[in-house]
Amino acid sequence: MSDSLEVKELDHVVVRFSGDSGDGMQLAGNIFSTVSATVGNDICTFPDYPADIRAPQGSLTGVSGFQVHIGAGKVFTPGDKCDVLVAMNAAALKTQYKFAKSTACIIIDTDAFGEKDLEKAAFTTQDPIAELGIKNDVIAAPITQMVKDCLADTGMDNKAVLKCRNMFALGLVCWLFNRDLNIAFTMLREKFAKKPELAEANVKVIQAGYDYGANTHSSVAHTYKIESKTKVPGKYMDIMGNKATAYGFIAAAEKAGMRLFLGSYPITPATDVLHELSKHKSLGVTTVQCEDEIAGCASSVGAAFAGALAVTSTSGPGVCLKSEAMNLAVITELPLVILDVQRGGPSTGLPTKSEQTDLLQALFGRNGESPMPVIAATSPVNCFDSAFYACKMAVEHMTPVVLLTDAFVANGSGAFRLPDLNEYPAIVPPYAPAEMKGSYTPYTRNEETLARYWAVPGSEGYTHILGGLEKDGRTGAISTDPDNHDKMCRIRAEKVARIPVPDVEVQGCVEDAELLIVGFGGTYGHLHSAMESMNAEGKKVALAHFTYLNPLPANAESVLKKYKKVVVAEQNLGQFAAYLRMKIDGFAPYQYNEVKGQPFVVSELVEAFTEIYNK
Amino acid sequence: MCEYTAKDYKKGQPRWCPGCGDHFFLASLHKAMAELGVAPHDIAVISGIGCSSRLPYYMNTYAMQTIHGRAAAIATGCKVANPNLSVWQISGDGDGLAIGGNHFIHAVRRNVDLNMILLNNRIYGLTKGQYSPTSPRGFVSKSSPYGTVEDPFRPAELCFGARGRFFARAVATDATGTVEILKAAAQHKGASVCEILQNCVIFNNGTHDSVATKEGRAKNAIYLRHGEPMIFGENNEYGLMQEGFGLKVVKLGENGVTEKDILVHDAHCQDNTLHLKLALMEGPDFPIALGVIRDVEAPTYNDAVHEQIEDVKAKKPYHNFTELLYTNDIWEVK
Repeated sequence: MSDSLEVKELDHVVVRFSGDSGDGMQLAGNIFSTVSATVGNDICTFPDYPADIRAPQGSLTGVSGFQVHIGAGKVFTPGDKCDVLVAMNAAALKTQYKFAKSTACIIIDTDAFGEKDLEKAAFTTQDPIAELGIKNDVIAAPITQMVKDCLADTGMDNKAVLKCRNMFALGLVCWLFNRDLNIAFTMLREKFAKKPELAEANVKVIQAGYDYGANTHSSVAHTYKIESKTKVPGKYMDIMGNKATAYGFIAAAEKAGMRLFLGSYPITPATDVLHELSKHKSLGVTTVQCEDEIAGCASSVGAAFAGALAVTSTSGPGVCLKSEAMNLAVITELPLVILDVQRGGPSTGLPTKSEQTDLLQALFGRNGESPMPVIAATSPVNCFDSAFYACKMAVEHMTPVVLLTDAFVANGSGAFRLPDLNEYPAIVPPYAPAEMKGSYTPYTRNEETLARYWAVPGSEGYTHILGGLEKDGRTGAISTDPDNHDKMCRIRAEKVARIPVPDVEVQGCVEDAELLIVGFGGTYGHLHSAMESMNAEGKKVALAHFTYLNPLPANAESVLKKYKKVVVAEQNLGQFAAYLRMKIDGFAPYQYNEVKGQPFVVSELVEAFTEIYNK
Repeated sequence: MCEYTAKDYKKGQPRWCPGCGDHFFLASLHKAMAELGVAPHDIAVISGIGCSSRLPYYMNTYAMQTIHGRAAAIATGCKVANPNLSVWQISGDGDGLAIGGNHFIHAVRRNVDLNMILLNNRIYGLTKGQYSPTSPRGFVSKSSPYGTVEDPFRPAELCFGARGRFFARAVATDATGTVEILKAAAQHKGASVCEILQNCVIFNNGTHDSVATKEGRAKNAIYLRHGEPMIFGENNEYGLMQEGFGLKVVKLGENGVTEKDILVHDAHCQDNTLHLKLALMEGPDFPIALGVIRDVEAPTYNDAVHEQIEDVKAKKPYHNFTELLYTNDIWEVK
C-alpha cells in the first residue's frame, strides 16, 4: 500500500499525457482533469493534437498530447512544463520530453519501445533514455503486457484490449496523486452506459494501473496530494472553449426569446461549435451546414432578416470569405455574430495551432467604412460570457459583432461554474413599436443608441426593403447623395462607438506598478501568471487585459497612460499595439510578440518583462 | 383570405432602360402574386446584384437587395428561419450562374422551398456589356472582342444536374406564359427554377428574338402543359415524338402520324430524362420549350429541418438551457 510512502503536498502540478493519436490520451487526460476538479482543485487543460487525422502509427507526427494544470488555488494556464509526463510510445517520449521539467517523473510503456518503435521514432540507439540524456525518475512499466494479462479472461479481441492501455496509465497517475478512483469509475460507466462490458474492462484496467503503482511503489520517492484551497461553492462541469461558446449562444437566444440560427462550414478549429449546436435541436436550434463559408455567413444574414438570432462560426480563412456578407450586415444593420476561432495564418497556415493574428482583419478587413464591434474571449470558460454578450450587443444595437477566440481557448477546458441565467441581463431586441405600423421606415433610429428599429418579415404594416446600396437615412430609398452618404457613414460609426462596454480591470499592483502588462483575448492566463510570478519576486507589475476591443472601454486611455512603462504582449507581430497607438494619441508601449502557434511560456514572459522592468 | 390586386405589390418607379425585359417580368410578377393571394407582408423578395436584381425595390413586400451572387444563400437562411414566408429569389444569369453558381446548385439540391427566378439575357448589363455564362460560344462582347472561346451553361442542365424538381421557362414579353409559370412555381413545394428569357435592349438586343413575339412563339416555341399532347406550330400542325434515344418533330397527318402518336407531357415523371431533352431543345430544328417542364414532389429542406427539430424535441428530455447544463457530468463543490 502507498501509505508507507511519503505523501508530498503540492500547490499545483502539471501532468502531460502523450501517446499515439489512437492511444486515447485525450480521454485519459479528460478523466484525470475531471477527477481532480471534482475534489475541488482548479484545472486548466490544453490538448495538443497532430494536424494529420491518422498519421502512421508510432510516428513522430502522430503524437497526441493532453496537458492539465491542477491547482490547490486558482490556475490560469495549462502550465509551461510538466511535472509528470506519460509517454505511451517511443515517438511520444522523443517529441514530448522537451515539455518535461528537469524534476519531472516520466512514465513509459516499455512494451512500446521495441526495435521497430525506436526506429519509427528515429532513435539511433537501443537506449532512448540515455540517447535523450534523461536524468529524471522514470517509471518504466510493461503496460501493454499488464493490460493484456488483466483482460485475458474477458474474451475481448487484441485490438480492443490495446485500446485500454490509456486507462492503465491513468490508474498509475491517479495513484501518484492519491486520487479517488470511484469518480473515474462513475464517469466511465456513464460514458459507456450502452457498452457496460467495455466500461467494466476500463474500470478493471484503471484499478490495475493504480494497484501496480501501489504494490511496486514504482520508482518514485513519494506520491503527491493537492488540497483544495480556493473553493467557490457551486455546481461545476468541465467545459471546452468551443462548447462554452455554443452554450453562450444558446443562453443568449433563450434570454432574448429568439430562435438561434447557425450558418456554418466546417473549418478547424471552429467546427466543434457547429457540432455542439447541431446536437441541441430539442432547444429549437437551427443549424445549416452550408456549401461554403460565404453561404455560411450569407444564410445567417438571411436568417437575421427573417428575425432569428443569427450566428456564423469560422476561423481566419473563413472570415476572408465571409467579409462581404459581414459588410452586408453592416449596411443593412442586421444583428449577426461572427465567431472567429483564430488559428495560425496566413492562408491555410497552421490549422490546428493558435494565434491572435486576425485582430486587424476583424477590426478593419472589409471594404468601405465598416465599423464592427469586436470582443475577444479570455479563457475557455470566458467563451460563455463573451458569446452571450456578443449576442446581446448584436441584437440590441442592430450590428454584426465579431467574437474572437483562438485554438488555445477553443480546445482548452476549465471548470465551469454552472451559470444561473436569472443572474444574466435581459436581451431586448429593438422591435419597431406598434405606433410605427403603416409608417415604418427601416432606418428610423433610437436616438440614444442610434440602433434602428427592427421589423421582422411577416408583420403587417411594416414592409420595407433593405439592401447593400447606400440609402437615404430618412426614407430608406437608394441614395447616392454625397452628404447623405457622409452622414450615414458617420451614423454607423457613431452607433458602434456608443455601445457601452465595461471598463478594463487593472489587476496586480494597481496603484504603483512600474510596469503595466497589456493583452487581449486568450493570453489572459499566461499574462496573469507572469504578473503573479513577478509580484511574488517583489516587482511592481500590473495587468490590463482587454475583452472589449471595439469599442474600447471608456477607461482605456487613462489606464494605459497611468503607468510609467507599458508592454503590449500578443501572439502576433504587434496588431493590438498598433491599434492602441492609433486610438490613443501618444501611446508608445514596449512590445512582446510571438507567432509560434503555441501558447506563451510564462517563464519566457517573465524573463522578457523583467528586462523591460529593469530598463 | 384577402383579395389583392397587382397594385398591392407595386412600389416605386422602375429605373430600367425603356424596353428592357425586366419591366415585362415585373408586371407579370405583380400579377402572379395578386392571383396567388399571398399577403405582401408574408412575402420576402431577395435579389443579388445586377440590372434584374434591382427588382426588389419595386416590390411592396419585405425585400432585400443583397450582394452579388449570394441571393440563393441569403434566401435559404430567410426561408429556413421563417418557413411561413413566401420567398422569391431574383437573379440574372451572371448573378445566379457565374458568381452565384455554387449557391444556385446547392439551393436546388437541398430543395429549399424558394421560387428561384433566373432572368436570362445572356449578358452583363449593369457593368455595360460583358459576356455571361449563358452567352453562346463565339459571342462578341466588350470583354470578348474576338468572340468567346467557351461553352455556355444551359440553366436546365445545371438545374437537373443538381437534382432540380421544378423547372419552367417563359419569355418575359409573354405575360400569360410568365404568370402561369410563376404561379406554378409558387405552388410547387421546393426549389422552383424559372428561366425567364429576357431581352437586354442595349447590350444584347434580340438575343431571344425567335420567341419574343406571339407570332415568333407560335412558330418557334412549344407550350408544354401537363397531360396535354406536345403539339405546336402556327396551325398546331407539328408534334413531338420519341425516336430512339431522342425526340423528333413530326407533322400531323404526314406519314400516317396522328395525335395519338404524339408525346403527352408528364411534368410529374420522376425520371428527368425527357424533361431534360425537352428543356434543351433549340432552333432551328426544334421548338423552344416553354411552360412547366418539370414539377415533381419531394421533401423540402426547410420542412425537413423543422420536422427534425420537432422529432428531437419529442425524444430528448431537455428543452431549455438549464436542463441542457444538467446533461453534463456535474460535480458540486461545497
